Amino acid sequence: MDAIIETHKLTHIYSGGTPFARTAISEVDFIAYSGEYLGIIGHTGSGKSTLIQHLNGLLKPTSGTVTFAGQDIWQSKAKTRETRFQVGLVFQYPEYQLFEETVYKDIAFGPKNMGLDEAEIDRRVRNAAAFVKLEDALLTQSPFDLSGGEKRRAAIAGVIAMEPSVLVLDEPTAGLDPVGSEEILANIKEYHRAKNATIILVSHSMEDVARMVDRVVVMHEGNIPLSGAPKEVFAQGALLEQIGLGVPQVTRVFQHLRALGLDVDPSVYTVEQAKGALLSTLAGRGAGHGD
Amino acid sequence: MTDPIIKTEALSFSYEAYESHSGELVLRGLDLSIAQGDFVALLGHNGSGKSTLAKHMNAILLPTGGAVWVDGMQTADEDLLLDIRRTVGMVFQNPDNQIVYNVVEEDVAFAPENLGVPSEEIRARVDEALRQVGLYEYRKHAPHLLSGGQKQRLAIAGILAMRPRCLVLDEPTAMLDPIGRGEVLQTVTQLNQTAGVTVVLITHHMDEAALANRLIVMSKGQIALDGPPRAVFQHVEQLRALGLAVPETVALLWELRQSGYDVPLDAISTEECAAVIARLFANQSG
Repeated sequence: MDAIIETHKLTHIYSGGTPFARTAISEVDFIAYSGEYLGIIGHTGSGKSTLIQHLNGLLKPTSGTVTFAGQDIWQSKAKTRETRFQVGLVFQYPEYQLFEETVYKDIAFGPKNMGLDEAEIDRRVRNAAAFVKLEDALLTQSPFDLSGGEKRRAAIAGVIAMEPSVLVLDEPTAGLDPVGSEEILANIKEYHRAKNATIILVSHSMEDVARMVDRVVVMHEGNIPLSGAPKEVFAQGALLEQIGLGVPQVTRVFQHLRALGLDVDPSVYTVEQAKGALLSTLAGRGAGHGD
Repeated sequence: MTDPIIKTEALSFSYEAYESHSGELVLRGLDLSIAQGDFVALLGHNGSGKSTLAKHMNAILLPTGGAVWVDGMQTADEDLLLDIRRTVGMVFQNPDNQIVYNVVEEDVAFAPENLGVPSEEIRARVDEALRQVGLYEYRKHAPHLLSGGQKQRLAIAGILAMRPRCLVLDEPTAMLDPIGRGEVLQTVTQLNQTAGVTVVLITHHMDEAALANRLIVMSKGQIALDGPPRAVFQHVEQLRALGLAVPETVALLWELRQSGYDVPLDAISTEECAAVIARLFANQSG
């Protein structure tokens, strides 16, 4: 797979040159491959929000580079602008940023800024609304009359309407109930599949990350100490706990089982995998018992 | 036997009187009694009525039908409002909406000042409340520089300064990261165990609900399940039908059970779950 976004020795210092200077990320080499579903985990203050704001040029590097499809996003104004449309960023609690009179206008805001014609804007608004399963009847309502889950989905639709090739979401399920969370995760998966888009999901939920993503990037103190397939990353239980992250519950169960002397796969991270691993071991034992 | 700290009888509620909502009942004839000193978790999907119920516990909302008593005081009696609010304190989801002052200790002093508590007494209460939530060292700090978990603990301290006997927390950890969540939960558990404060915790997180002595699951304005977490979590299919998840530990044991292995479902912690599986393995190999 080709890299779609890359950072090279990316450093960001807030309030640089003042007594309050604080280095949020330091010499970070980050890579997102075209079409992958990537998870970023890390606790508050680890630098993950700072990193993702560089991916579409909202923050300018103090030093180092950010490239999109091989080109420096700061090489020209036009390139920076293009990147902002290509890399869609959904912030935490995006429903606080709804502001238009109707849901339709709110979703249309991004495509309008792109200078598209009315027919194309309309196509995109309806398409985006369909992705997040917002019914047509809701489009004429005020965004403030929607339920919490609907507001969240309307806000995400506003970013999807720009049809970005990379969709970055910061804690998109925070504060939602399990049903609301599942809906949002399904919407994102659908966008990933239908558009072959690159997804970057920032989450505190190890269980969600474990279930959804192809690859995990772990952030800690402004660096990336660990990245790889979920299987590899969650096998590093001790390191993850040490940096305050922990592993999915089933992974921990399997760690305990190993500590109890049972020979089970230490890199299990979903209920489904755990079930499979246990059943095959049990079946093996049953057969052994039979001879 | 002491009176329950919270009691509802045939409690019904509709928002009709408050806003332009339809007359649909959000709470439907709810009978509930919460004992002094208990730790109760309240679960339910969005719209199940759990926040509406919580707001009846200190007279933010008043019943459309039926009645609510707080420590024997009926909430519909306006003369008792101040006493009711002093008895039950509420903490909400977003800590930023609950902080008013620029200095931590002044923020905590806000409520007792309003209650007309003498100033020496306020000093003592503020210090005690800040110690209870582990923020005493931060008493001169500016609240906006605190972490999310610290802010939420500050909000709890502000309530504690009123010396309530019951704390109702409506998704207090929803906006916090795992570290902040841990801080808030530890504070709440400690207040319950050492200071004997009754806790009603509304949450979506199953692992938080598992900390309680009693777990109440709400659906469509009524109580669907009620019992110790261990007992409630066994109703895997019913919980899923109500739009709730079970902890992964219980989900895994349930899957084994579906595959024909006779394992108990009441192992919530990862250690308990591993022990159950280890026993199953030992039995299988005879």
